[in-house]
Amino acid sequence: MSSNTLLLYIGIVVSAVAGPLIFPEYTQQMAVLWVMILMASTWDTLGGQMGYNSLGNITFFGAGMYISAIIQIAMFYDVAEYTASFGAIKPEFTDEQYFTGLALGIVGGGIGALILSLFFSLFMFGLRGPYFAIGTLGLAVAAGQLTGTIDYIGGGAGISMPFFPGDIEVRSVFFYGLCFVLAALAHILLRWLYSTQFGLAINAIRDDEDKAEAMGIPTLVYKQVGWGSAALFMGMIGAVFGNMVGFIEPVEVAFPAPTFGIFMVAMALLGGKGTLWGPVLGAFLFHVIKEATWTYLLGWQWVALGLILIINIVYFQQGIMGWLQTRYPEKFGITVDTSDRDDADAKAGA
Amino acid sequence: MLDNLMLLFVWAPVMNVQMILEGVFIGAVFALGAYGLALVWGVMNVKNLAQGDFIIMGGYLAFSMHQMGIHPLLALPIVIAFMFMYGWVVYLAIIKRVIDQDMFVSLLATFGLSLLMQQVLNLIYGPEVQIIDSHLPVYDAFDGFVTIPAVKLVSLGLAAGLALVVVIFMKTSRTGQAIRATAQDPRAARVLGIDTNRIYAFTFALNAAICGAAGVLVSVIWVIQPFYGIVYSVRSFAIVTAAGLGNLPAVIGTGFGLGLIEQYTGIILGAEYQVAAAVVMLLTVLIWRQIQMRRNRQVVR
Repeated sequence: MSSNTLLLYIGIVVSAVAGPLIFPEYTQQMAVLWVMILMASTWDTLGGQMGYNSLGNITFFGAGMYISAIIQIAMFYDVAEYTASFGAIKPEFTDEQYFTGLALGIVGGGIGALILSLFFSLFMFGLRGPYFAIGTLGLAVAAGQLTGTIDYIGGGAGISMPFFPGDIEVRSVFFYGLCFVLAALAHILLRWLYSTQFGLAINAIRDDEDKAEAMGIPTLVYKQVGWGSAALFMGMIGAVFGNMVGFIEPVEVAFPAPTFGIFMVAMALLGGKGTLWGPVLGAFLFHVIKEATWTYLLGWQWVALGLILIINIVYFQQGIMGWLQTRYPEKFGITVDTSDRDDADAKAGA
Repeated sequence: MLDNLMLLFVWAPVMNVQMILEGVFIGAVFALGAYGLALVWGVMNVKNLAQGDFIIMGGYLAFSMHQMGIHPLLALPIVIAFMFMYGWVVYLAIIKRVIDQDMFVSLLATFGLSLLMQQVLNLIYGPEVQIIDSHLPVYDAFDGFVTIPAVKLVSLGLAAGLALVVVIFMKTSRTGQAIRATAQDPRAARVLGIDTNRIYAFTFALNAAICGAAGVLVSVIWVIQPFYGIVYSVRSFAIVTAAGLGNLPAVIGTGFGLGLIEQYTGIILGAEYQVAAAVVMLLTVLIWRQIQMRRNRQVVR
């Protein structure tokens, strides 16, 4: 790790800690920023590095959210009874009950999402290109619709989560911390994964899957590991997000395919897909633009987002990191091989 | 669920007639939208996620003209002409630049367009559900068990007529030939003097016009709302993917089939499953095809 990168990490950690201390009223927005960074980074494992554009990663987010809600409630109460009252009866959870439930819920949400991704991978990875994108989008939409029909977990009316024992300020800082830790863990895992043979293998799948397979790479296993790691983190952050929002509901909160499901793709593209830092940068910019339009252009915020998406994709496709890499290749340790070009020139001259 | 099945097949089998009719009426709209998508997808390899929003926009244009006192069925040609021009403009502004890019790019760019269109419609017309009352009679059959609004019959006829015109146009006219040639091999078409850029623009505009017409039909037989577009987009994708690209009769057939499937899921399982029906059909077809293909596939394990 070079000293510049180290400084960057120190700067990020310092601002992450200082953020809620300096601007306590924006803690929730900053927590959502970490959620978005995690979403964009884990999307990029498949979308950017492996060339499998999934529009359905949000499925794991919602799955983690619901699994953790069930675990948290079922440990101490009857779930059907709890959800049937639509939040009217709020059983008191003791501190210990709440935190053990939450911890198990987060882990359970992550593992549940991981298992779900392994199951989906059995049939989804036979699809390629746009069919994979449409198929996964279908998964996300179907998951939202079908969850809404199960009365056991509240159906379309949703579940209101157990109360956090403690002050509202402590609550928001607590969930901010959880979001930050998960995003940081995901980043460290991905950074390590991309530096190993795994990174090379999934890049090979992106460049030419058939050739990669012919070279003896067990492509299905690599695809499963890639999607599984994304699903694990999406499930865990889903569990945290559900508790942070306090009320979960299938279409808008748990499986928001047309909003967050697409935002994570837009963020990765804005920053530059296929790079480690691109999604992080993209998520940061996107979130700032989104919050600014929400505040200053109320009523027009979605129009602005649509325009940003179009301009980004139509006119500025490589993203910020991609643009920087082509502009200053030497800063990224990329050596541009000009020997071919010289040969061609020589031939043209001769 | 069992009660619903008993109702349909034992107690009042005549209800099936109503279900099938409704399915056919709605399926006609699905078939039009899917046909337009198949055209654009097949000719220029662009996956238009704003398909449903073109439909809803057509519906709102008819709604505006209805408020000015023009009957929706008379508004149909005006909407078609307007949507044709709109499609051409969209092509020049957005589609032209993503046409030779990665396939995923067109999907996202048109998603941005979809977001933009539904929000602008929302700002203009508000989020309320709108319907156009066409003041046409309603017929009864089988002792009042089956009701057939005349407007649905008329719209079915219009949809069939429109589809026929498009098919004949594609088969016989010079432009139709040029479109088919471009779909087969754009490079060869260019060599032979076809202005492929113009053909792409025309195809996209034609798609927008077809969607606009479908939207007018939706606004008279069903309801329109700015955010309903995405559901039509998903349905169009499900139909085209399930039927197979380049198989136009199958696309039309699947459109009607989906109409029927949605009606029956709605009555047997409950209305909340109706939206999921299209997605489940899509996933079933994709998975089934993979199981079929599996024996041809040899992989490293």
